Amino acid sequence: MALLHVENLGVSFVTRNGVTKAVDDVSFSVERRQITAIIGESGSGKSVSCYATLGLVPTPPGRIDSGHAWFDGRDLLALSESELRQIRGRDIAMIFQDPMTCLNPYMTIGKQLIEPLVLHKNMDRAKARIQAVALLEEVGIRDPNTTFDAYPHEFSGGMRQRVMIAMALINEPRLLIADEPTTALDVTIQAQILHLISDLQKSRDIGVLFISHDLAVVADIADHIIVMEQGKVVEQGPPQDIFHAAQHPYTQKLLSAIPTGQKPPATTEQSALIQVNNLRTWFYPENSAEPVKAVDNVSLEIRRGEILGLVGESGSGKSTLGRSILRLAPITAGRIALDGTDITALEGQGLKQFRRRMQMIFQDPYASLNPRMTVYDTLAEPLLLHNVVSRRELDGAIKQLMDDVGLAQSYVRKYPHEFSGGQRQRIAIGRALATKPEFVVADEPVSALDVTIQAQILSLLADLGREYGLTMLFVSHDLAVIRQIADRIVVMYRGELVESGTVNDVFEHPQAAYTQQLLASIPGATVSHSI
Amino acid sequence: MTESTVFNQAEQGSSLWLDAWLRLRRNKLAVFGGVVLLLLICIALLTPWIAPYSYEAQDLDLGASGPTSAHWLGTDVFGRDLLTQIMYGGRVSLAVGFVATAVALLIGVTWGAVAGYVGGRVDAVMMRLVDILYALPFMIFIVLLMVVFGRNVLLLFLAIGAVEWLTMARIMRSQVQSLRQQEFVEAAVSLGLSPWTIIWRHIVPNALGPIIVYTTLTIPSVMLLEAFLSFLGLGIQPPQTSWGLLISYGAETMEEYPWLLIFPGLTLTLTLFSLNFLGDGLRDALDVRGSKD
Repeated sequence: MALLHVENLGVSFVTRNGVTKAVDDVSFSVERRQITAIIGESGSGKSVSCYATLGLVPTPPGRIDSGHAWFDGRDLLALSESELRQIRGRDIAMIFQDPMTCLNPYMTIGKQLIEPLVLHKNMDRAKARIQAVALLEEVGIRDPNTTFDAYPHEFSGGMRQRVMIAMALINEPRLLIADEPTTALDVTIQAQILHLISDLQKSRDIGVLFISHDLAVVADIADHIIVMEQGKVVEQGPPQDIFHAAQHPYTQKLLSAIPTGQKPPATTEQSALIQVNNLRTWFYPENSAEPVKAVDNVSLEIRRGEILGLVGESGSGKSTLGRSILRLAPITAGRIALDGTDITALEGQGLKQFRRRMQMIFQDPYASLNPRMTVYDTLAEPLLLHNVVSRRELDGAIKQLMDDVGLAQSYVRKYPHEFSGGQRQRIAIGRALATKPEFVVADEPVSALDVTIQAQILSLLADLGREYGLTMLFVSHDLAVIRQIADRIVVMYRGELVESGTVNDVFEHPQAAYTQQLLASIPGATVSHSI
Repeated sequence: MTESTVFNQAEQGSSLWLDAWLRLRRNKLAVFGGVVLLLLICIALLTPWIAPYSYEAQDLDLGASGPTSAHWLGTDVFGRDLLTQIMYGGRVSLAVGFVATAVALLIGVTWGAVAGYVGGRVDAVMMRLVDILYALPFMIFIVLLMVVFGRNVLLLFLAIGAVEWLTMARIMRSQVQSLRQQEFVEAAVSLGLSPWTIIWRHIVPNALGPIIVYTTLTIPSVMLLEAFLSFLGLGIQPPQTSWGLLISYGAETMEEYPWLLIFPGLTLTLTLFSLNFLGDGLRDALDVRGSKD
């Protein structure tokens, strides 16, 4: 019998705009000793269906319309809140995307770990500590005796996620629900955490329900995959069936959206548009004598018309490098030239002339648009500022821009909050291209988007790049994305460039140890060759 | 921006301001507050034409009398009609409240926005100045102003405004500091906009929510301040009058002629409640978290 069996679950949300069905007649099972993955994009109901079984969907606005969730012969949906609380944390444990928000910053992790043992099992503190230290060791925390007394902020993101996993396991649950546990982590760390979850599942003999938006992530570890779309289960089966014999068009769409392949190499050698020599961007924190060397001694060239991929994990300084080249971050030393002109020290009007020629596309389309300006005003701003068009031609130019980025013209008077993430990113791209720049820095432009939207935006960027003759610095932590769009790649690690070369060279013959580690961490290795 | 002919089929979007207005309209207390305030302002503006008596008209034979059909709210010891006095007093009190707040708003928002946006040493100097002014005893400041420049309603506006802008500047600065980190501001920088345009077009409109709310809370405190100063004899002087002054006289004769305290007191209370209701409603309506549902 299945460990958790969900039957005909229906969940709605009642808002002032009416009733939205978030989960519609969903059934699935989580078997013992298996990792079951639920895959879906944001709004697909993947999280809601799991949370609802645990009574974690607030009602109102939520409403359980129908269904049963059998666990241990009992229907979780019929239990009272106090009975559910008994089960949560003891028999079913959860880990979340962002461990920092789930840990109390004012308590050592040791205290937080043994709390359930001391409170619920009346264990004495010394014994609890021994058990907790053993557990910390099991989840791969080095030197657990010392770290037992450390506070959450002293850990890195990956270590914090390990601590969270330890906390989830302390009561020896039989079912572990992991909600996007690696989404906030760097790719190398992600690979480690995925291994850890897979190992623990085997050694502890528990069932795991793994919620994710990323098919590639679950490809290596899942035994059973459930694909959800708009509140419904559209397809489920073992990974080999999902990846090689997907029946449902949505699953096929998800699979085809996984970035694969690469650009054909450029045929002609072009002159350099951007030259960066020995660039340093150091920050001087107030409470420390040591400067933070965000970018240290970086030299690179970007040739006219090429897309240069810049890879690195968070904190590697890749975003700062992009911003420094655009003169958005304070430069400590070095030289930046655009088209042969030194722009390192330009200010005021001189700099403004160059701003027209270089633009930026940001990661978070929810933050990069002024919420109080319509699409029209947002797009008109650069056009008027740089006198790209006269006021009489303005409407025509905006119309053209919206066509170019694939937005319906009827949306022109709408505000950013009325758009989806992908549409917002289109607006942001339109704004960046309004002045017809020669050079664009795209800072993780697709990493905040769902995978099918990501594919659309990537192809839009590639098309516009050709059409506008753009030179682009494409910053990303996602190697598959970079591989698909870039001509050449540079790899950044702790503020320095560790590797550069053509896409082929870097992927096939990585030189630096860090690059090799990075490539080995790409999720979905088991399936990607066959797609 | 110019009206377009190209986009004649464009759907009208709903701005955050419109959303906030719709939410505000559903809040009954806030609407009540707003209506009462509008009414009071209309009465204040029309007073010279609709007041039942002249504000200097005395009826010494009548003296102090309770509410009658001739004098709805009664008269004071000189036989002056209380309703007329409250109406004229309202002109002064409301004017002080709104003008002094406007002064505070203008200085505070500009000061805070510049300090927060420029940052660094400029910010440090500007905000230390604010700290110093905070530390200055407010009463001494006002008394000094009054002594040096003489009593003057305009000066009173300025003096109160000059004190109230300090908090406004602090709120604005913290708003701007968090907004400055937002990507849309960085996008504006990379477009090549001047700092001044960025502040006024991209930052101030997004910081206005808390500022508007604080403004509705400042108006009552300014009105109370005026009442307090007049009570001490530093504010408005007879024959001009204000609610604060009326309350202060009423308090002196509370035992014999309670209506002289009760009616001006009720009027002031009603105004303050209305402002607070409106302020609360605005705070809820402008809350961004609420607008995402």
